[in-house]
Amino acid sequence: MKKCDVCGIREAAVHLTEVVNDKVTKLHLCEQCAKEKSEEMQSHFGLTDLISGLMDFGPQQMAEEELPRGSVTTCGSCGMTYSEFQKYGKLGCGKCYEAFEDQLSVLLRNIHGSDRHVGKMAFKGACAMPEQEKMKALREELETFIRAEEFEKAAVVRDRIKELEEKVDRQEKNGF
Amino acid sequence: MDFNDLVNRKSEWLRGDGPRSDIVMSTRVRLARNLDEYPFFGWADNEHRKKVLEKLISVFNDNELLKDTVLIRIKDISEIDREFLVERHLMSQEHAMDVQQKGLIVGDGEKLSIMINEEDHLRMQILQSGLNISEAWKIIDALDTSLGEVLTYAYSNRFGYLTACPTNTGTGLRASVMLHLPALAMTGQIEKVYEAISKLGLTIRGFYGEGSEASGNFFQISNQVALGHSEVDILDNLERVITKTIAREEHTRDYLMDKKKRETQDGIFRSYGTLKSARIITSRETIKLLSAVRLGLNLGLISDIDVVSLNDILLLMHPAHLQKSNSKQLSSHERDIKRADMIRKKIGGGN
Repeated sequence: MKKCDVCGIREAAVHLTEVVNDKVTKLHLCEQCAKEKSEEMQSHFGLTDLISGLMDFGPQQMAEEELPRGSVTTCGSCGMTYSEFQKYGKLGCGKCYEAFEDQLSVLLRNIHGSDRHVGKMAFKGACAMPEQEKMKALREELETFIRAEEFEKAAVVRDRIKELEEKVDRQEKNGF
Repeated sequence: MDFNDLVNRKSEWLRGDGPRSDIVMSTRVRLARNLDEYPFFGWADNEHRKKVLEKLISVFNDNELLKDTVLIRIKDISEIDREFLVERHLMSQEHAMDVQQKGLIVGDGEKLSIMINEEDHLRMQILQSGLNISEAWKIIDALDTSLGEVLTYAYSNRFGYLTACPTNTGTGLRASVMLHLPALAMTGQIEKVYEAISKLGLTIRGFYGEGSEASGNFFQISNQVALGHSEVDILDNLERVITKTIAREEHTRDYLMDKKKRETQDGIFRSYGTLKSARIITSRETIKLLSAVRLGLNLGLISDIDVVSLNDILLLMHPAHLQKSNSKQLSSHERDIKRADMIRKKIGGGN
């Protein structure tokens, strides 16, 4: 059921658990990756090292060291940095999920085997996001048509934008 | 209804009925939610925490589904009262610490409880007797939907409901079922259950007693995966595994009665004798004996007590409950004495 923590493709067949100071670390590997990792493991002290070793390939390290200046390692909303999250184990606010999206999707895949929610949708959040995105895409489309002087097509898009705006307005008024 | 009514009432989840209550003690389903506009509790300053508490209280006051509930501000009650609520599974140990701006809503019969400002702004749970996963989900889902109409939850289309700890992200759902598995534990098969369960996105741990060690053969099985599967799929997966575990426990009980009847009887009646006669007893020993006596009851070997008395003891034996029913602070040794007294009163072992 669980995918390999390293390749993320094959099914995990080797399950490692290590307890250090009451902290349990788990690692699930497919046979192939386990084999490849076994040599590395011998040179490490334990699973925790192996995991932080794995993290070197992940975006965390890049975010901290290699990404150009000005790229996001701090949540703009609550001020938490990714390394603070790593230390503390808990995120600062909902916006952290956007700020650390790349790092978190790796982490969430490791924990849940997935980084895509498929369950219940929150009314407000679920509606607002796709509609804003839709609106943005439509506005871009509109501009393209106007620039190309395809006014008939532009009119259709304009009407769709209007429709969408009214829908969002209605939802806001109803408190959704 | 206020806090004192709570003390005098019985918890519904200890009624000892509901589907499969011979093996399943209780079912708990909880949802974690956060408000979009405030930092998560651990990262928020006192001002934000206060706003969250007051906002949620005012929203709860207007909600039809939450009338007939009690609001407790954790800072306003004594440490023993906090411990009492933890023992009743109405709130977490963590909620009893750092108590400023923390609240607890408790519904009639203690089936519903909502922690305000725990790790997440909202932790709502339904706790029921027996195996009742889908019913518990229906209730909590309806409450969540109705609250979601007036609150803006922290939510993203990609990750779902956003929680302080990434282990809850997605559905924010944790469903746990507490099982009594003495036959599987006695025959060493519980290890196999542990192995099988960890491969299915679930986790199992001991329920009572210190640390993760299962004392008294009570085990809690819950989902570990909260993201990438729908709530219904997560709950179905859990229910399937629980049903299989129950069947295995039943099968092993039959085996014990068939092949090891004398040994099984011996263990059960010795435990019953000790439980009825002890004058000093620790909680650890109590749980162990209660487990054996409960099995005796299930197997039809013991018939002069009922499961409700056993469940009562299981709750009243805890430190804060003992101290509240004796209306004073008790040392550990005093508690062991009062515990033995309480048990004899409940199951008639004389003075």
